Amino acid sequence: MKVAVLKGGRSLERGVSLRSGARVEDALERLGHEVLPIDVGPDLVKRLAGERPDLAFVAMHGVGGEDGTVQELLEILGIPFTGPSAAACARCMDKVQAKDAIEENGLPTPHWFAFNQTAFREFGAADALGRLEETLGFPLVVKPSRGGSSLGVRFARSAGEVPQALVSAFSYDDRVLLERFVDGRELAVSILGDEPLPVVEATLLEGDRYDFEARYEIGRTRFDVPADLTAEEHRAVVDAALGTYRALGCTGFARIDLILGEDGPWLLEANAIPGLTDTSLLPQAAEAAGLSFEELVERILDLALSPQGVS
Amino acid sequence: MAEVPEPTHRRRSHAGTRDLERYAGLFAERTGVMRSSAMRDLMAITARPEVISLAGGLPDTSTFPPQSFAAQMTRIAQESAAKALQYGPTEGFEETKDCILEVMGAEGMLPDPDDIIVTTGGQQAIDLVCKTLIDPGDVVICEAPTYPGAIPTLCSYQADVVQVECDEDGMQVEVLEQLLADLRAEGRRPKFIYSVPSFQNPAGVTMSLERRHRLVELARAQELLVVEDNPYGLLRYGGEPMPPLYQLDGGDFVIYLGTFSKILSPGIRLGWAVAPPPVMEKIVLGKQAADLCTSTLTQYFVREYFAERRWQRYVGDLVEIYRGRRDTMVEALRDNFPAEATWTEPEGGLFIWATLPDYIDTSDLLAKALRADVAFVPGQAAYVDGRGSHSMRLNFSGVNEDEIREGVRRIGKVIAEQVELYGALTGEQALPEPRQDPAPNVLPFRKAGEAG
Repeated sequence: MKVAVLKGGRSLERGVSLRSGARVEDALERLGHEVLPIDVGPDLVKRLAGERPDLAFVAMHGVGGEDGTVQELLEILGIPFTGPSAAACARCMDKVQAKDAIEENGLPTPHWFAFNQTAFREFGAADALGRLEETLGFPLVVKPSRGGSSLGVRFARSAGEVPQALVSAFSYDDRVLLERFVDGRELAVSILGDEPLPVVEATLLEGDRYDFEARYEIGRTRFDVPADLTAEEHRAVVDAALGTYRALGCTGFARIDLILGEDGPWLLEANAIPGLTDTSLLPQAAEAAGLSFEELVERILDLALSPQGVS
Repeated sequence: MAEVPEPTHRRRSHAGTRDLERYAGLFAERTGVMRSSAMRDLMAITARPEVISLAGGLPDTSTFPPQSFAAQMTRIAQESAAKALQYGPTEGFEETKDCILEVMGAEGMLPDPDDIIVTTGGQQAIDLVCKTLIDPGDVVICEAPTYPGAIPTLCSYQADVVQVECDEDGMQVEVLEQLLADLRAEGRRPKFIYSVPSFQNPAGVTMSLERRHRLVELARAQELLVVEDNPYGLLRYGGEPMPPLYQLDGGDFVIYLGTFSKILSPGIRLGWAVAPPPVMEKIVLGKQAADLCTSTLTQYFVREYFAERRWQRYVGDLVEIYRGRRDTMVEALRDNFPAEATWTEPEGGLFIWATLPDYIDTSDLLAKALRADVAFVPGQAAYVDGRGSHSMRLNFSGVNEDEIREGVRRIGKVIAEQVELYGALTGEQALPEPRQDPAPNVLPFRKAGEAG
């Protein structure tokens, strides 16, 4: 099969994407496929139209590749592709949309408020900050609505730290959210087709949060797969993750990140194109389920070619 | 020849997680401090052609005449091919050292050729000094901010890096004195003090004559080594020449590092170190272990080039070009950066260091700037402890004046957006204070301990 691997692009996670892409290409070659690596740029449509691959493996992260843009083009060109549909990608990428959908489906996600820049620039939203800080409490988390790999995520420990955190978050997106901080264990549930893979727990070995560096460096974070959970905890976590996956309309695969607090799981976000680098969580989860990276890639291809993204 | 089977496919990294753990168990402890970073990932994007990069430290090699390059390489091919393609002595050719003596002589230094080793760029000189002197946990003192490229080297030898704040007169030697006293009280002796005294990378500042004397006195009195890194000394666009520390000290306690990168070409990878004989002996052994010898081919090139006796004229040309670019950047900063920003106005070198209001994080700003197709180095890269997050390093040697104007304009625009947003968030209007005149004594740095 001729498989185009879409990677790179202009997003801030370009570097991560190139690493994911290279790994996928290698696996595809070993599986005997014809590989067409594409560093996504202005010639994307022309190249896809000219080369007519049987399938596109989307190994892009962040804006452009994970937000439905590329998926939309692939749908128009009629080229089957891996991972969720354009619409589902768009929902996952935008944390505000995702949290709305999660909440509408009766699933727990930490309380939040979302603002765009205009609210502050033109409508004096700053005057509402005091009230919402009271509701959310401190510390609170400030995040760009769209963005991955923890870029621009800041913790504010007091009201004085909120404006600066907002300025940082607004560097990555025009919309940001302020979210209640939930203390607990950091878990990630990768879902392949409609099967949950073993739950991964990330424990930071140094520093106080799981940031960009920790995500992509060996030895800074300890990953436990499968996470040490009671049967009850496991069920609650997996149910919450599957519920989120369906609420967002995901097919193929996705990774759901959540916090397991004392009062149960709290859903944070869904990643439509989880990282596939050698420190990424989806490959780790697959391996714990007995799937080698090649088998994982093969399965992702099968799902992309089956009608409902489920086989 | 026997048939060699065609390789079936190129092997890329395909370590499964278990494999990875297996490798991780084999990694040396020092790799734990060798970090990749979000910044490095962001910098990967600066390579896009549409990005105006004020991030690099690139000299302008487009000004080197291609005919001259061709003639020199042809002469080497015709007259010395066999030797230029052969291994050479670890210390470097005597003829290369003659060129080095000329360059150092231009700044008033006259070392013994036996004290010189030719290295693969100035970066290897830093590495070899570290290799020779640092055991894990040893204290090394450097400037704050310091050359970003020195940090990974120091860290890979597991040095305990302590940084001493700079002001407009370079490293605050009085602060250094206090630090040395404190360290002594703890029974710790720094292995060396690393400094770029002239037109510092990244800050652009130059150490005053008084501080130079004081630093050299301190080194003598306490028998401390100072590593003087002087890549930019000859790139002076204003002010009076300063004697290098090496000259003031006479070479007893100062190890001197030089390079052809900024006065000729970084591509030839030729630098050097000058050190007292006992230290040099170890450095040579270290170099032998590292790469046996520096490229003989490029040493031949330098020798041919210096034989034409035009190198000083070429440096003079570079000085003219860079002076214009520095002036353009300073003017662009005045026109485009907010009133609260400060920046250095270097008398030479390649860099300006700008500091923004403390609610702006320059790593985040870089993300925004990259969307506007412009790049710089966030200040954190010049610190070991996360400070510098409100500052940035701007390079003015690698792009032309139009690009400098446009690049600074774009950065100014994203900063203005941040300033305005912060004003809206806090209810404070950004104070349009009358802009301070760019007096040479503007303090662009935060005091020790103040930066967050």
